[in-house]
Amino acid sequence: MSDFKLSRRGLLKTGAVAGAGLATPMFFTSAARAYTNEPTGSTVTLGFNVPQSGPYADEGADELRAYQLAVKHLNGEGDGGMMNTFSSKELKGNGILGKKVEYVTGDTQTKSDAARASAKSMIEKDGAVMITGGSSSGVAIAVQGLCQEAGVIFMAGLTHSNDTTGKDKKANGFRHFFNGYMSGAALAPVLANRYGTDRKAYHLTADYTWGWTQQESIAAATEALGWETVNNVLTPLTATDFSSYIAPVLNSGADVLVLNHYGGNMVNSLTNAVQFGLKDKQVNGKNFEIVVPLYSRLMARGAGENVKGILGSTNWHWSLQDEGSQAFVKSFGQEYGFPPSQAAHTVYCQTLLYADACERAGTFNPCGVAEALEGFDFDGLGNGPTHYRAEDHQCFKDVLVVQGKENPTSEFDLLEVVEVTPRAQVEYAPDHPMFAGGALGECNPGA
Amino acid sequence: MTNAIFPSKANDRLLMIFFIIVVLAGPIILAPFGAGYPDLLQRFAIFGIFAIGFNILFGLTGYLSFGHAAFLGVGSYSAVWMLKLLSMNVIPAIILGVVISGLFALVIGYVSLRRSGIYFSILTLAFAQMSYNLAYSVFTPITNGETGLQILLDDPRVLDGGTKPGELPLTNLFGIPMNATQKVEFLGMTLQFNFGFYFCAVILILAFYLSLRIFRSPFGLMLRAVKTNQNRLNYTGVNTRPYTLAAFVISGMYAGLAGSLLASMDPLAGAERMQWTASGEVVLMVILGGAGTLLGPVLGAGFIKYFENIFSKINDNVLHSWFAFMPDGLENVMVTLVHPFVGKGWHLTLGLLFMAIVIFLPGGLMEGFNRIWRKITSKRETATSDTSSDAASTPAE
Amino acid sequence: MDAILLQILNGLDKGSAYALIALGLTLIFGTLGVVNFAHGALFMIGAFCAVVLQKILTLQKVVLDNENLTAWGTPSEIKTPYAEIWFGDFGAKLIDYSVPVSILLAIPVMLIVGFTMERGLIKHFYKRPHADQILVTFGLAIVLQEIVKAFFGANPIPQPAPEALRSSVDIGVMLGFAENAIIYPVWRLIYFVFAALIIGAVFAFLQFTTFGMVVRAGMADRETVGLLGINIDRRFTLMFGLAAAVTGVAGVMYTPILPPNYHMGMDFLVLCFVVVVVGGMGSLPGAVAAGFLLGILESFASMNEIKSILPGIDQIIIYLVAVVILLTRPRGLLGRKGVMEE
Repeated sequence: MSDFKLSRRGLLKTGAVAGAGLATPMFFTSAARAYTNEPTGSTVTLGFNVPQSGPYADEGADELRAYQLAVKHLNGEGDGGMMNTFSSKELKGNGILGKKVEYVTGDTQTKSDAARASAKSMIEKDGAVMITGGSSSGVAIAVQGLCQEAGVIFMAGLTHSNDTTGKDKKANGFRHFFNGYMSGAALAPVLANRYGTDRKAYHLTADYTWGWTQQESIAAATEALGWETVNNVLTPLTATDFSSYIAPVLNSGADVLVLNHYGGNMVNSLTNAVQFGLKDKQVNGKNFEIVVPLYSRLMARGAGENVKGILGSTNWHWSLQDEGSQAFVKSFGQEYGFPPSQAAHTVYCQTLLYADACERAGTFNPCGVAEALEGFDFDGLGNGPTHYRAEDHQCFKDVLVVQGKENPTSEFDLLEVVEVTPRAQVEYAPDHPMFAGGALGECNPGA
Repeated sequence: MTNAIFPSKANDRLLMIFFIIVVLAGPIILAPFGAGYPDLLQRFAIFGIFAIGFNILFGLTGYLSFGHAAFLGVGSYSAVWMLKLLSMNVIPAIILGVVISGLFALVIGYVSLRRSGIYFSILTLAFAQMSYNLAYSVFTPITNGETGLQILLDDPRVLDGGTKPGELPLTNLFGIPMNATQKVEFLGMTLQFNFGFYFCAVILILAFYLSLRIFRSPFGLMLRAVKTNQNRLNYTGVNTRPYTLAAFVISGMYAGLAGSLLASMDPLAGAERMQWTASGEVVLMVILGGAGTLLGPVLGAGFIKYFENIFSKINDNVLHSWFAFMPDGLENVMVTLVHPFVGKGWHLTLGLLFMAIVIFLPGGLMEGFNRIWRKITSKRETATSDTSSDAASTPAE
Repeated sequence: MDAILLQILNGLDKGSAYALIALGLTLIFGTLGVVNFAHGALFMIGAFCAVVLQKILTLQKVVLDNENLTAWGTPSEIKTPYAEIWFGDFGAKLIDYSVPVSILLAIPVMLIVGFTMERGLIKHFYKRPHADQILVTFGLAIVLQEIVKAFFGANPIPQPAPEALRSSVDIGVMLGFAENAIIYPVWRLIYFVFAALIIGAVFAFLQFTTFGMVVRAGMADRETVGLLGINIDRRFTLMFGLAAAVTGVAGVMYTPILPPNYHMGMDFLVLCFVVVVVGGMGSLPGAVAAGFLLGILESFASMNEIKSILPGIDQIIIYLVAVVILLTRPRGLLGRKGVMEE
């Protein structure tokens, strides 16, 4: 499966051939394939493209763990994890369509260029039929575009921007993770419930596409419930110290601060905000509140005690008590000694969903797989009944509203689920203005 | 020394022929190293062009620009816009990419070259960082920010007429798509002869030839004089600014060419192409290969890209298959030992190699080759004259 | 008015971090003439001294609790820090004050790191071209940060300030403004004072000691000082150690403001180069002045009133200022002729 192995063998053969005295080696072009990288042997290769360097390297490492676990389960090793709770029973633990699952890994560096280079090498060199992974929307959209051109399926990892299944949606790309709109729709009612409908919000927003779509979504959802958006300040992605953005907040008349930041930005801005004493101030006769719409437990650890009591949303959390989640946490925890992150969960689901779609379609052909995934209803993967919408390849499922725990019992026990927002509440029409502008196009099988 | 700067025409011809053969045979030579697939081959050629261009400025004049990635980025953006608006044929894209980045380099060069030494470096760095930061945020309507500029289904492409609905067109050269690849099974390896790579390879050869001509020309000599002692030149009444500015613009256009080729092979332009780390990368490529040499920059570019693309993909599975011939216990020990240096640790290996090369081979990779070459030739006891690249590495100081 | 005061405060605070890092960098630039791309890594190592000390202090005694199982079926662990078991309240206090205490750890560690770096590597590069210096120190920076990543992971690690210093004070009320107008965290004020003390100490050291005098002479004309029979090399090694220590403690004290991660050095590297060059090569007061100037201007640029006129100005302000200053003053604010211009 690795080219290194191949090439070493190639070198050995070179010697053997030369030794045999064959003057003219055989030339032949490889047989035409029905689609890109049609697996012809007894194995099938998947490409796991995750950040292994740069700020999201830890999330990438967790995704990789989940992928390796999923491959184990697909090949019939280990306890089977969520394969046992998955509503579709096509997967038998004998690989996919009888072919043993192998994988290659690559480093996206959280840069769209590097991510595409890495994905291309998986497709061109290693013969991967499916690319999956990633920890940011820019990378997801770039790789999704590449997979569309190359004719392989892309199963997005952690990507939260509306655009991934909005204006940049592609026929070969699928997203299990939730998005900015869903965060807003799930979070707003809880916010209104807790903090009242008469609130003035001050937004700090990371100045790039994901930040903007997230801010737009949250502002729309909260304004619909009576909140007023006092100000929206864009902060540079490269900022490390947010003091000059946070210092004026207290005197602006706002009584809620919304941090549309992710990763390192979120850790730093939240740490700064708490330092400036925002959490224990009174404004307009109300307690000042901070909201972090998209939580990542892994990153929240970097903010330490500052997350206590702060509301946000997340795709999945390991403390969920349903059968699927428990099976996954057990399987992952026994393998690695700590619970999985939401990034690990979403990529594990994506891998199972892809494998299952291949089984149901009876082929690895991207068009067949895409058809099997479109409109697919399933359950037992930790998020309750879920629907893969055909129109935009977005999964619809319950969204979790979480809160930083006041008395964590361990270093992993940072968040507690305060509400499971039902799926109906976060659904939207495929042509919703926040998602309009793009087109899926036709599925592309490559060759 | 004059002999070294202007070696015989015959030597140059040999060098050129050698270069052409090696580049064209790239897919065959690199296949045993796992690097013989189209995308990486294209990258070798493209970053080779980028480094050759940078070397014309840095290697000859000694002006260390820390913002060359900006020109690469501008070239990419212009090229993708051409692909979006005009045609998927790469020729207009490349022309516009080179022209725009040339203009951009003219402006930045005009301002930055008013200073020298580290002040010049910081000025170029500042311009590039401003471009990067703005491309990521405020200029999103032009650059599509974080996501990067991509071609879309509903782009006008006025020259192309009707493409199939629902299908993204491919970049091409008068109808031949860049991703056309002929796969040949050869001695157990799959050789991939890719049209896009050969397109880049031809341009690389032309770019190399042009840089050779510049190195040998009176203009090149003038640039070397700037590096050696600019003050003395100024005292003798020579205004060096036009020469350095010309070198700056030429190397900016090389960068733009590389950027538009990147976009032509893979129609995407991302802002991080302009980040200071990308500017730093080309500096490292040139120093690593050997600044001021002809072949060095190409070698350095290949070296760094190889690590980025091949070493980062080696995971424990691959390691186990490498050491599979060993007994189990030893195999595991070997995997544990090698593990920190590959896969997610590829940066570590790269950093260690940077240090090792600069400590032991002060002239970069080219010096290593020259040492080996000298050993071979001295054994034969033939008095071959220096190869052009060796001598060019250390202009008299 | 209060908004402007607030941003000046912010600027001084940001600026004190810039100035401290730039001070160390310019010491190395000015005295040794070495372009040190590993300088950011020194800042990062300093910050990780705090992390290490915190890890040591919170080394935990682990008791397996077989009654309570984790979600994945293994016994849960009850952890108590040894420091608390052995020293009781004093231990708890020590953990609380781990950040300031780690300065005591950081100074010797950074001195050793500095000496080793200078003797083992930098020394051999004094006579080499700047390009080689860049390559080798950049390589070193990558190696150092990869090693830190291998031990501590890629995510930021929170380093809370001591409990008593975590609050914020309402400076506005003291100055007669309305309540909540100027609120500032105590720790940031401490950082500012701390930076001022360090900067003052370094200047006094160079100004009033024989050692400092020789080093200043060496900065001005290394060859002549060497000819006078003074062993300038040993002093330069010490200077490198001093520069590393200054940068390191700047990193330690910065951890409560910015939770450290392995690539924080690279984030600051470009910025502190800009600060040093804007200040003028080889000028210590220049570096400090430029640090504060850029910090204050950056804070002003992020005010809403200014951003609404010039969107995105906060993204580029530092570089814009650098360009303007370098074009109007050829050698930066206080630079001397002939340093790093060849």
